[in-house]
Amino acid sequence: MSIFVDEQTRLLVQGITGRDGSFHTRQMIGYGTKVVAGVTPGKGGQVFDGVVPVFDTVADAVRETRANTSVIYVPAAVAASAIFEAADAGIGLIVCITEGIPVLDVTRVLPFLHERGARLIGPNCPGLISPSKSKVGIIPGNICQPGRIGVVSRSGTLTYEIVHQLSTNGMGQSTCIGIGGDPLIGTNFIHCLSAFHADADTDAVVMIGEIGGTDEQQAAEFVQTTMTKPVVGFIAGQTAPPGRRMGHAGAIISGSSGTAAEKMAAFARAGIAVMKRPADVVPLLKERM
Amino acid sequence: MNLHEYQARDILRRHGIPIPPGEVAETPEQAREIAQRLAGKEGGGRVVVKAQVHAGGRGKAGGVKLAKDAAEAGEHAARILGMSIKGLPVRRVLVTPAADIASESYVGIIVDRASQRPVLMVSPAGGVDIEEVAAKSPERIHRQAIDPRYGLLAHQALGLALKLYREMPQARAAADIMQRLYAAFYAVGASLMEINPLVTTPDGTVAALDAKIVVDDNELERHPEIAALRDPSAEAPSEVQARQAGLTFIKLEGSVGCCVNGAGLAMATMDLVKYYGGEPANFLDIGGSSNPQKVVDALRIITADRSVRSILFNIFGGITRCDDVANGIVQATQQFPMKVPLVIRLTGTNEALAIEILTKAGFSALTDMDEAVKQAVAKARAA
Repeated sequence: MSIFVDEQTRLLVQGITGRDGSFHTRQMIGYGTKVVAGVTPGKGGQVFDGVVPVFDTVADAVRETRANTSVIYVPAAVAASAIFEAADAGIGLIVCITEGIPVLDVTRVLPFLHERGARLIGPNCPGLISPSKSKVGIIPGNICQPGRIGVVSRSGTLTYEIVHQLSTNGMGQSTCIGIGGDPLIGTNFIHCLSAFHADADTDAVVMIGEIGGTDEQQAAEFVQTTMTKPVVGFIAGQTAPPGRRMGHAGAIISGSSGTAAEKMAAFARAGIAVMKRPADVVPLLKERM
Repeated sequence: MNLHEYQARDILRRHGIPIPPGEVAETPEQAREIAQRLAGKEGGGRVVVKAQVHAGGRGKAGGVKLAKDAAEAGEHAARILGMSIKGLPVRRVLVTPAADIASESYVGIIVDRASQRPVLMVSPAGGVDIEEVAAKSPERIHRQAIDPRYGLLAHQALGLALKLYREMPQARAAADIMQRLYAAFYAVGASLMEINPLVTTPDGTVAALDAKIVVDDNELERHPEIAALRDPSAEAPSEVQARQAGLTFIKLEGSVGCCVNGAGLAMATMDLVKYYGGEPANFLDIGGSSNPQKVVDALRIITADRSVRSILFNIFGGITRCDDVANGIVQATQQFPMKVPLVIRLTGTNEALAIEILTKAGFSALTDMDEAVKQAVAKARAA
């Protein structure tokens, strides 16, 4: 098994004809993801690369192709609209890669999704991959190996770094998921941890957090009270100055809250093995498993 | 993006929030002239001269002064306009009539990450740093999460206003201000709005004396009128240059210059520099796209920092192609001389091609992150 995406995933790409959308659609198809439809308003009727039918609306695409998952590559200004549209058409899992969506747009999107029981991953995330089954988003498939470690992260390239360490040391992954670097996101650490906890094919979890907010602290509490599988954690931003946004909109120490030190302490208190550097991931996992 | 106090006051005033008059001066003469014009009516000729910089603690730093008349306002302005607060030079002052204040409260809106909603916060302990109140007497802060589908409801606003004022007319006035503040919050795309202090005067009037607005950078494209309020003179020149080049750059105090793709990896790289005994000179994320020009721009900004003793590249190629980064490095070294050693680590997409490009140009490249960081720290030390 795996979490959120697998062989049953029937993927719809919103923004399939754009620069990023078309590039990554080819990558996903090459990886073996079932890409069943694309949506670009005004380009309905076209067939992308001769294999993927393009529709004007998500509702049309869902009706014709039974797509159950959507990935969004549209520009930031219209990304919230794309999420609304996907949820309204009954898509259950929406993965938003787009970076730069205004936070207030997301405050409007989240209650709408909640009412319809849809899950949003992101925004501003690399998506997720269940190795050898399905890749939704932009995580490079070649660095992943199928296996039994779950990976959840707020970052993109830092996740690749750590997944690369796992794969080259023979530790494959059940699912790798990037939840996004924005202050408001649809799926948080706890959602992913509890899915990994319930997944019979995940033996241990690597959690990669960063400065800003208190998501990691709440996740640590969840690990302590609920999880029986070993968890290894990393926090990026130990040298970040307070009050500055470190690239990700959500990576900011506000006043004295959201520091790496406080998150690492919360991890340690909860019995999570704390990595001091990315290269610690393999030895710590071996120690705990 | 931070707005200056005078800009924030203009926005709130346009949304119907009562704000005392005030004008901006760039010279002592202007300040004197404004003081003369404004202070005649009320306050017995007294005015307040306030530094307009993006820094907290202006009062403590001597950037806010009460003047008994226009002449003194000019003298204060002359002093404040010459000073720097937390490293930021003061180029403008706001001159407002001094108000008689009966009480000071705090009203603010933030987007709360835990509840994923805007939250209105009020406190009867106004006029001081709200973080201090939160730390020392959290029971004096009252909160209301707002459902964006319905907005701030009248009874919610009045409920909070009654935590500030016992008199119903004042509570109603404050509730009206809160609803206008919430409307302004969404209208400009703010991530923070504060009125601190919200004051009452001896005659019972409720008014906003100071205002702070932080706008979500992601909103600027759809609000060009707000984007136009940006004051580049209030930011470090290297950061302005980086923003124009499409890079995220934050200057730090150390000697190891860092150039990384992706914010999380950039932070982890800085942390690893520290882990191996060095100090990062900056945070720099060249972003996900692969464009050699971005690398050239990044190197130009890093090399302009005289405290940089070595430069570390850490690239994990995904969407970013390692060969594009390699080409950028080679182009940069052709355009301007590299006075400090470069340590290059790249792995991932087109790694082999990148190493070939770099080797031909006389550089060596590593594939292991720890090894690269160790070398960069050692080279910064030796320099």
